[in-house]
Amino acid sequence: MDSTVTTSAEENVWGGGNRPLNASYGKLMMWFFLVSDALTFSGFLAAYGFSRFKFIETWPIADEVFTHVPFFHGNYPMYYVAFMTFILIMSSVTMVLAVDAGHKMKKNSVIWYMFLTIIGGAIFVGSQAWEWATFISGDYGAVETKGGRILQFVKADSGERAALADFAKNIPGDKVAHDNSNGVWFYSEGFQPSHTLNEVIEGFKASPNILVRTETINEEGEKTVLSREESLIKLQSSSQVVEGANLIHNEYGSRLFADFFFFITGFHGFHVFSGVLINLIIFFNVALGTYEKRGHYEMVEKVGLYWHFVDLVWVFVFTFFYLV
Amino acid sequence: MAHAHKLEIFRGLVKFKSNTQKIWGVLIFLTIVTGIEVALGISKPQFLAANTFLGMKLLNWVFIILTLVKAYYIAWDFMHLRDEKSALRRAIVWTPIFLVAYLIFILLFEADYIYNVFKDGFVTWNF
Repeated sequence: MDSTVTTSAEENVWGGGNRPLNASYGKLMMWFFLVSDALTFSGFLAAYGFSRFKFIETWPIADEVFTHVPFFHGNYPMYYVAFMTFILIMSSVTMVLAVDAGHKMKKNSVIWYMFLTIIGGAIFVGSQAWEWATFISGDYGAVETKGGRILQFVKADSGERAALADFAKNIPGDKVAHDNSNGVWFYSEGFQPSHTLNEVIEGFKASPNILVRTETINEEGEKTVLSREESLIKLQSSSQVVEGANLIHNEYGSRLFADFFFFITGFHGFHVFSGVLINLIIFFNVALGTYEKRGHYEMVEKVGLYWHFVDLVWVFVFTFFYLV
Repeated sequence: MAHAHKLEIFRGLVKFKSNTQKIWGVLIFLTIVTGIEVALGISKPQFLAANTFLGMKLLNWVFIILTLVKAYYIAWDFMHLRDEKSALRRAIVWTPIFLVAYLIFILLFEADYIYNVFKDGFVTWNF
C-alpha cells in the first residue's frame, strides 16, 4: 500500500507524505471521480423525474413495456431486468472477493475472481443490448396522433393488447419505399411500417372487437380504454403508424420515455462496457504478476471501486426506470 | 488502509467471522431485498398502490427506501466505506446527498407546476 514515498516530514503538515484521510492518492482520486460521476447520473435521473412529473398522468407503465425474456414467449414483466440486476450484484461480489484475495496476496484467487467479474459484466452488457434491440423493434405497434400522443389497441373481450397485424386490413396499393435510386438521390426512406395508416383505420372500422387505449392513466393506475364510438372519433386525429421506438417516435407512449431510456441506460451501459475493459487490463496485469512484484494489489481495489459504483448506479436506474 | 475490516452489519446484530463471510452475507441480504422489490412490483399490493404519502404512492416510497438500503450496503461493505475514516466517508456521502436532494426538490416542484399549467388548459398538448 505504501508506494508513495514517505519522507521524514511526518510531523510537518505541509511537507507532504502524510495521509490525513488514511487513503492513498489514487484511491482518493477515484473517489473524487465517482462522486462527480454520481452527480452526473443524478442529473439524468432527476431530469427523468422532471419529465415524468410533468406528464404524470400519461407516462408509460414500465411493466407493460419491458415484458420480454429471451427464448420465452409471453408476458413476463421485469423478470429479465431482475435477472440482470442479480448478475451485476453477483459480479460486484466476485469483485469484492478479488479485492479481499488481493489483500491476502493470493494471486491465483485474484485472477479467478477478476475473470468471473468480467464474465458477469459481459453478460450484463449483452443483456442490455438485447433489451435495447427488443425495445427498438417494438411490440404491438401503435398510431400516433397529430399532437404526438400514442393510441394503442386492445381486444374488447379479453382486454389484451392487439397487434396491428391482428386487425389491419390488407389494402393493395402503391406502398413502395422511396429508394435513393429513384428521384432525388440523397433522399431515401429507410423504414416503412408494416401497415399504412389507412390499412389500420379501415381494419379498425371492420373489427368491432378492437378498442383504442390512450396514454391517460385512470384512477386504478391503468391506461384508459375508450368505447367504440370514442375510439373512432379519436382515430380521426391520427397521423401515422408507429412501430417500435427511437428518439423521435415511441409506440409505448411518451417519446421522452424512450429518450431517457436510451440516454440513461445507454450512459450506464457505456460505464459497464468501459468497466469491463478496465477490468480486463487489470486482469492481465494480475496474471502477468505486475502487482505481485509491486507488493500490493491496490489497483484491483481502485478498479473495484469503479465496478461497485456501476452496480450502485444500476440499483437506482432499476428502481426509477423499472419499478417506480 | 482497509486491512482491518469491521465485520458486523445491522449495527452489530449480525457478526461475521471473516471478511469473505461478510461479503456473502451482504450478497444474501441484497438478493432478498431485490426479490422483495420484484415481488412487490409484480403483485402491486392494493393497500400500497392505493394510498399516497406526500403525493406519491406508498409502493413507490417502499421502492425508494429499499433502494437506499441497498445503496448503503453496496457502498459500506463492497466499497469498504465502513472501514474508511469517518471524515472521508462523510465527504463522499453527504456531498452528493445534499446536492441531489436540492436538485430533486427544485426539479420536481417545477415539473408539478408545469403539469398544472397543462392540466388547466393553458397549453393544448393532448390532441
